[in-house]
Amino acid sequence: MGIEGIGASVVRKEDRRFITGKGRYVDDIKLVGMTYAQFIRSPHAHAKVKSIDSSEALKKPGVIAVLTGQELVDDKIGNLICGWAITSKDGSPMKMGAWPAMAPETVRFVGQAVAVVIAETKNQARDAAEAVVVDYEELPAVSDIKAAIKPGAPQLHPEASGNVVYDWHLGDEAAVKDAFSKAANVVTLELTNNRLVPNAMEPRSAIADYDAAEEHFTLYTTSQNPHVARLVLSAFYNIAPEHKLRVIAPDVGGGFGSKIYIYPEEMVALWASKKVGRPVKWTGDRTEAFLTDAHGRDHVSKAELAFDKDNKILGLRVKTHANFGAYMSLFSSAVPTYLYATLLSGQYVIPAIYAEVIGVYTNTTPVDAYRGAGRPEASYLIERMMETAARQLKVDPTELRKKNFITQFPYQTPVIMTYDTGDFHASIDAAMKAIDYAGFPARKAKAKADGKLRGIGVSCYIEACGIAPSKAVGSLGAGVGLWESAEVRVNPVGTIEILTGSHSHGQGHETTFCQIIADRLGVPISQVSIVHGDTDKVQFGMGTYGSRSIAVGGAAIVKAMEKVEAKAKKIAAHALEASENDIVIENGEFKVTGTDKSIALPMVALAAYTAHNLPDGMEPGLKETAFYDPTNFTFPAGAYICELEVDPTTGKTSFVNFVAADDFGRLINPMIVAGQVHGGLAQGIGQALLESAVYDSNGQPVTASFMDYTMPRADDLPSFQISHTTTLCPGNPLGVKGCGEAGAIGASAAVINAITDAIGSNKLEMPATPDRVWHAIHG
Amino acid sequence: MSTVKLTVNGKAVSVDVEDRTLLVHLLRENLNLTGTHVGCDTSQCGACVVHIDGRAVKSCTVLAGQAAGSNVTTIEGIAKGDELHPMQAAFRDNHGLQCGYCTPGMIMSAIDIVHRYGGELDETTVRHELEGNICRCTGYHNIVKAVLDAAGRMKVAQAAE
Repeated sequence: MGIEGIGASVVRKEDRRFITGKGRYVDDIKLVGMTYAQFIRSPHAHAKVKSIDSSEALKKPGVIAVLTGQELVDDKIGNLICGWAITSKDGSPMKMGAWPAMAPETVRFVGQAVAVVIAETKNQARDAAEAVVVDYEELPAVSDIKAAIKPGAPQLHPEASGNVVYDWHLGDEAAVKDAFSKAANVVTLELTNNRLVPNAMEPRSAIADYDAAEEHFTLYTTSQNPHVARLVLSAFYNIAPEHKLRVIAPDVGGGFGSKIYIYPEEMVALWASKKVGRPVKWTGDRTEAFLTDAHGRDHVSKAELAFDKDNKILGLRVKTHANFGAYMSLFSSAVPTYLYATLLSGQYVIPAIYAEVIGVYTNTTPVDAYRGAGRPEASYLIERMMETAARQLKVDPTELRKKNFITQFPYQTPVIMTYDTGDFHASIDAAMKAIDYAGFPARKAKAKADGKLRGIGVSCYIEACGIAPSKAVGSLGAGVGLWESAEVRVNPVGTIEILTGSHSHGQGHETTFCQIIADRLGVPISQVSIVHGDTDKVQFGMGTYGSRSIAVGGAAIVKAMEKVEAKAKKIAAHALEASENDIVIENGEFKVTGTDKSIALPMVALAAYTAHNLPDGMEPGLKETAFYDPTNFTFPAGAYICELEVDPTTGKTSFVNFVAADDFGRLINPMIVAGQVHGGLAQGIGQALLESAVYDSNGQPVTASFMDYTMPRADDLPSFQISHTTTLCPGNPLGVKGCGEAGAIGASAAVINAITDAIGSNKLEMPATPDRVWHAIHG
Repeated sequence: MSTVKLTVNGKAVSVDVEDRTLLVHLLRENLNLTGTHVGCDTSQCGACVVHIDGRAVKSCTVLAGQAAGSNVTTIEGIAKGDELHPMQAAFRDNHGLQCGYCTPGMIMSAIDIVHRYGGELDETTVRHELEGNICRCTGYHNIVKAVLDAAGRMKVAQAAE
């Protein structure tokens, strides 16, 4: 592997600029003549916009324009789209209401924009925004999922009767009914998966720059997928054709899904830039992030699990209501369907599964994919069910899991997925050993003597990364292909540039991707650079989400490298007067195997570009492109065990230990993988103990700042004890699976299972605040 | 408008700003020191932490005028040329950052913590002291490791001086 190759914990190349304050985020960029945008947002969850009076605002110093939603309509700017078509069980398409970037007639959530001020300075834009008078006629609003589908509930969109977007199902209802009729035991649980706010630390930001001479737009934006942004802005929003629109996502301060989507603010900034003839910058504040970044989760589910007399699972029945908020965000429709119900088999042999999912509109911020996206909801449900079942059946929860583990691969679940490989016994055994599971009863007894309630909770998750292949996701309703592209440029002096469609916003691609090259060529990573995040540089790409970058983007790099190496070997063989079959690549040199003859990479590259002595018929240059479309998802899996103590007098939870044993296949950079696990665990624990986006019954957000929404802080979390077991993914050339979301997927169930074990009551919802835990103990 | 005179990273500067201008905006907008970030509107996240006369302060909570006459150090001012501050090096070596957005504020807070405790730190203290800095990427595990590592390095560096 070499000191910088695959498997080495190489310190990150990108870090130097971040630790010295030289990162370049969108808000750090200034353009000549730049103006500033401030949006006027609805204070009501549901209202008619009767009039907008900007006359006073236009008199304020520095104001250039006040633009409204009606002007967007007049200029034929398209409504926001949802990119995955879901079909209800009755065969009807999902029922969507229109989502204009600024509302001309009706607002449906607090924070929806109705107008924008463009001014010379940010303060002038803010001052003027306060002088815009919007006359609203308030309408009744609804924020709760179950309330929204009751007869007589306020209706959001005329297209969606009863506020139902779709009523979808997956699996075999009759087979499940049959399984339950034969059951010796049935376990039932109702659970809520709380709404979360992603809260990447960098607020969203956009700078739009229209060049009238070239009729060309440039957009700097906080995006996880700049090419997808360009595609959508061009094909659906009528901003500009693709060749007249460049999208740049420079350093981006975290995403977690929330920066996948193309938001109204980017659209309006581009449109406004042309209207005012100057660059327009918008940078959101934290409150705007709470109000307008797509939220995550928000499911209410009822689940039933049937067991035979030997405690083998016979069937699973799930009914879930998913809250979409006021509009259907870009990938929202897929999250509670194909990213959720397809994972309900967990790590277990479940012969029959039937899931129904009802998607619901409410007067709240739109909900879409957030770290894990559907898979945390599935994993939380099945893992709380398993723990609940073990208690009801009076067996050890690890034994019940082991009895039902899938052990033969590939394994076809009843809910579409074919798990390619895994070893679930290995991961649970590793986690149990790490936490000394056998020693827990003695520790619990000792804690009890000290007046503390100690609990242990297990969570065995499986997830699906790198959604693929494109043909299959297309058949399920996806509007895009989910491949990735890579271009490898070997320059005449032998340095290498990798152009990738993946985007790094904390994942460390500038290091990991270089390690793939270092491993293959034996060159130092300092000789390789990664180019990403600019549609003018990289031809196309699908971006980074769903833990896809290494499994899909990394594999595309390998495919492009294979082409480069094949050509380079021909050039080397020609120069060394040897057969290309005898050429091997070692330490940056092309060697004739079994001889001392060799030629260094820079000389091969130079030969490719001077073209003085190439094999007959060969084109000059050393640059290759690959588009890689995987044959299947990858399936990271693992076991998390949490041990904690509850103080019965306060309901406060304290961690004793948290262990993780993950199987991500081959690790490229174990240090970076560990960091991804830590961050995911923090978000999963945050969901379990601290975080919740709360609305009152009128749709007013109660948690719209860091003062109200509890972000995990350093003293809320333990240090983590993580380890790995390995089954290589057979579906891609690197054997990798993806590691970005696992922690967020598996952690919450482990925490809640531990608390409910400690307090001896299963009536506990997330976030398990001290107040809720105290009431669960004392009633 | 007022003229604010202060020293930033060792250089005397004089800036004309609106009276309502916050120190963080003076640094970012007027001096182009964009390493200091804004992550919230409520002085909770700590992405904007700088040192004023050697003490860690959230620069979003200070009016530019209040900083007049003081000595401000930002993330851009702690390395000695190409030689990183031990805290910067420790964050890199311990993978204490991912997206990098909270990192400048974390590093500035962490330096202050080490100074205040004279390098005598343990995990619990570091976690408690970092309460005013939010990171969404790392789960804090490696940040805590980095601060403890740097505390040792800074002690050694101080002993050598």
